[in-house]
Amino acid sequence: MSDDKMLDIQNLNVWYGGIHAVKGINISINRGEIVTLIGANGAGKSSTIRSIAGLIRGYKGYIGYKNRKGEMLRLNNRQPEDMVKMGIALSPEGRRILPHLTVEENLFLGAYTRSDTAEIENDIDYVYELFPRLKERRAQKGGTLSGGEQQMLAVGRALMSRPDLLMLDEPSLGLAPMLVAEVFNIIREINRQGKTILLVEQNAFAALSIADKAYVLEVGTVTIEGVGTELLQDPRVKEAYLGG
Amino acid sequence: MSLNMFIQHFINALGLGALYGLIAVGYTMVYGILRLINFAHGDIFMLGAYFVFFATIQYKLPWGVGVVIAIAGATIVGLLVDRIAYRPLRSAPRISALISAIGVSFFLENLAVVVFTGMPRAVVQPDWLMRPIPLGPLGAIRLIPLALMVPIVSFVLVGGLLWIVYKTKPGLAMRSISHDIETTRLMGVSVDRIIALTFALGSALAALAGIMWALRYPRVEPFMGIFPGFKAFIAAVFGGIGSIPGAMVGGLTLGFVEIMSIAFFPNMSGYKDAFAFILLIVILLVKPTGLMGEKMEEKI
Repeated sequence: MSDDKMLDIQNLNVWYGGIHAVKGINISINRGEIVTLIGANGAGKSSTIRSIAGLIRGYKGYIGYKNRKGEMLRLNNRQPEDMVKMGIALSPEGRRILPHLTVEENLFLGAYTRSDTAEIENDIDYVYELFPRLKERRAQKGGTLSGGEQQMLAVGRALMSRPDLLMLDEPSLGLAPMLVAEVFNIIREINRQGKTILLVEQNAFAALSIADKAYVLEVGTVTIEGVGTELLQDPRVKEAYLGG
Repeated sequence: MSLNMFIQHFINALGLGALYGLIAVGYTMVYGILRLINFAHGDIFMLGAYFVFFATIQYKLPWGVGVVIAIAGATIVGLLVDRIAYRPLRSAPRISALISAIGVSFFLENLAVVVFTGMPRAVVQPDWLMRPIPLGPLGAIRLIPLALMVPIVSFVLVGGLLWIVYKTKPGLAMRSISHDIETTRLMGVSVDRIIALTFALGSALAALAGIMWALRYPRVEPFMGIFPGFKAFIAAVFGGIGSIPGAMVGGLTLGFVEIMSIAFFPNMSGYKDAFAFILLIVILLVKPTGLMGEKMEEKI
């Protein structure tokens, strides 16, 4: 992997409803990597990813992002809608697809910041290639999809803005093990095609298996960091997150 | 009742109902997005009527110009109301915005009294709208163009609005915001801009309704928005608040109930305004989500 730093988080502190949820963590992501944040509920994973996306504001610390022109930009206190234009997309926790819009409308919404109609159509076809089941259900309302299909739609929708950095918050949540494997294969496939991925997961095994780099979060601090597959062998990780 | 009379009443009801519907659409759009009842909406309607009155009667501008001025003026006021009275309260409890809406409504009404005086003013209708044209066999039915223009213009406008909401990108964003503001922002939508667009569209329609109202009932006064506003709100609830076709159906229902009840039972005319409220009570008892309202499922 090249050492082209794309996201640089230094001494991030986040307070969430009076709780000090993230306590001075440092994270860096190189272009082209899959980086994962793992940890239990309340470890501060979502707070971190939501801060990057601009959904949480008023945090302390520095978040820098290198855009496709190679400029390093400070992300602090920008609006979520501006992040999308800068090339950062978040597929939020709980999927949050729009249940009353059709599958295709959900995808079009993902491309809201773009105006290149023909290319948008191409990208919709690309998403349908990744997730053939979405194509079958293109005219169906999002709310009628199964959990796994909704997750696929959420990932596909995030891809529609053509992000450089794709952030996925708990894509395995509530999915059957078979589907988890399917979704993670596709995440790896998306990465191979050139997207940098930040993955927040409770399913440590699945996340570590595909990650170039991993950070283990515990009550707001990074306790372990390293290469994904190496952490799979780490006794501390094994004991706490992989069931011994 | 002769057939001729019935047709006259029918067209009359259609016009009144379409106007209620046109105002109701503004309530329903804002409610659909913000879960806010924009009580100032009826006063935007009043301002639209006043603006066209001043432009055409006072300053003798052609009607076309007056209509454009009235739409532009009402749209600006609508945008200001959102910016000043609602936007600062976006993250406040919903009841705060509701109280703010009531405040804006009183403010606009009383501002109108101060600026325009409380005296009703007569609107002089243009001749070409009032000259009866004979229709039907042997010209037995005589209608004024205005009576036909009101429902036609209203339906065209609502058709255009439906096109915006269901076929354009900002429309997609509107439908998305109504369900999940945070996720919509993650898609790169500037939510405040889309909300402003919603107020602009609603206000423009209210202004057009105000203009047509001032032509039908040829006078303007500062409190003329209150009752049409109430009734349009009832129409929106009746049709299912949040639904644009529902608002139109509700408006037409209300228009027909009002006109036909008086047509068939003339001595009930004193109770004219009560019918709308009876309709509201009935729908709330029988189907609280309204005719075409979707059930609000809780998000998981």
